[in-house]
Amino acid sequence: MLNEADIATLWLTFKVASIATVLMLLLGTPLAWWLARTQSRMKGIANALVALPLVLPPSVLGFYLLVLMGPKGLVGRLTTELGLGTLPFTFAGLVVASVLYSLPFVVQPLQTAFAAIGERPLEAAATLRASPLDTFFSVVMPLARPGFLTATILGFAHTVGEFGVVLMVGGNIPDKTRVVSVQIYNHVEALEYEQAHWLAGGLLVFSFTVLLLMYSVLKTQPVAHPIK
Amino acid sequence: MKFNTLIFLGLLLASSISQAATTLVAVASNFTKPMTEIAVAFEKATGHTANLSFGASGKFVAQLENGGPFEVFLSADEKNPKKLAQDDFAVADSQFTYAVGKLVLWSATPNYVDDQGKILSKGGFKHIALADPKLAPYGAAAVELMQGMELCDKLQPLFVQGENIAQTQQFISTGNAELGFLALSQVIENGKIASGSGWIVPDDKHKAILQDAILLKTGAENPAAQALMKFLKSPEALAIIQKYGYELPKEFKLPKAA
Repeated sequence: MLNEADIATLWLTFKVASIATVLMLLLGTPLAWWLARTQSRMKGIANALVALPLVLPPSVLGFYLLVLMGPKGLVGRLTTELGLGTLPFTFAGLVVASVLYSLPFVVQPLQTAFAAIGERPLEAAATLRASPLDTFFSVVMPLARPGFLTATILGFAHTVGEFGVVLMVGGNIPDKTRVVSVQIYNHVEALEYEQAHWLAGGLLVFSFTVLLLMYSVLKTQPVAHPIK
Repeated sequence: MKFNTLIFLGLLLASSISQAATTLVAVASNFTKPMTEIAVAFEKATGHTANLSFGASGKFVAQLENGGPFEVFLSADEKNPKKLAQDDFAVADSQFTYAVGKLVLWSATPNYVDDQGKILSKGGFKHIALADPKLAPYGAAAVELMQGMELCDKLQPLFVQGENIAQTQQFISTGNAELGFLALSQVIENGKIASGSGWIVPDDKHKAILQDAILLKTGAENPAAQALMKFLKSPEALAIIQKYGYELPKEFKLPKAA
């Protein structure tokens, strides 16, 4: 059965994934909006950069983050200057790494949803003298709701399942950086297959339930169609 | 004339192929460097080829018990080969110790670690890296050392754990951990610590880190696998093992160069 250490890793994973998802939505929404609407030549570069974590093996990304956020790295020196210390081996570092790693899973569904809305509803809102901000909250957000739901599901689920990056920048510290995927891996490495099964089974049930709930919400949502 | 030469070369090639065999070897990550060199010497000496795959010992056990294709297993400990023999995946009486690991306390910063390890009690660092003691023998030896020095409780909050010692080394060499415990083989070059600073921990501070090899059932009939098991005990292989900072098991001590 699950012991106390196992349950602690589940709780920590939930915390990391929740915080990372909120941050990704805050960061990803303006980014996706810009990507969906810009004619800028930078668009291609920005798209490629956002999608990069999909291609890089997680342990490679993790290693670069370890170097970059370490005491000799660019980011590490900056955070030290700011009095924050260095990020590897901390909870905050884990959240930062997760955000970078899972961001494409949030940005891409949002970008697609925003692009699908088209010009018409925005023009209609503008003729009614809605400010751009007002348009975004009263027109775009409701229309893009399925996109937001998908982004939230994928961002959260992907962070729960991440392993290679966490292994690299985490340092496997109980209650701080030891998440459930690392704990399962450790059980397997130590040939404690029974505990690994319990934890992996728990994770599977948990993930399935979350996904099922979110997808049912998605299905029952009256999907607003853009005005033709 | 040319045609005849071709036929001759072809025959030569065919005859050498019929004798030389290839074996797939699972090697514990800490033994990467010496084994790469041993494989070259092995090929030169016997004509057989050893293809090497590096990784964590525990992962290899899981793979081997589920149809992994490896024929020889060089583990980082003695427990994993024993388990494979018990579960009937390996030839039990083929198990032997090929190297005895040496623990080192190492830092990427020169003159940071003194040659007696006093830095451990002095402190002044934020992180100390070690391989997960539950998984890696070098991690377990490090914990045993710190317990012996009665420093474990004090240092535990500073622990950052790598999943294996290769990853632990990355924590230290990138400067994220000021110092940490590694296998001497990871930082040795030409018989001395190549960079940074280190303390080679005396053997009597922890249980011996015995690294065992075992022949798997899959390789029992393969002449290349059998030859490699024998070659690991040859003076040539032992000299390489020693050069990379391992002690030799008692039964294989090399004669002192006179």
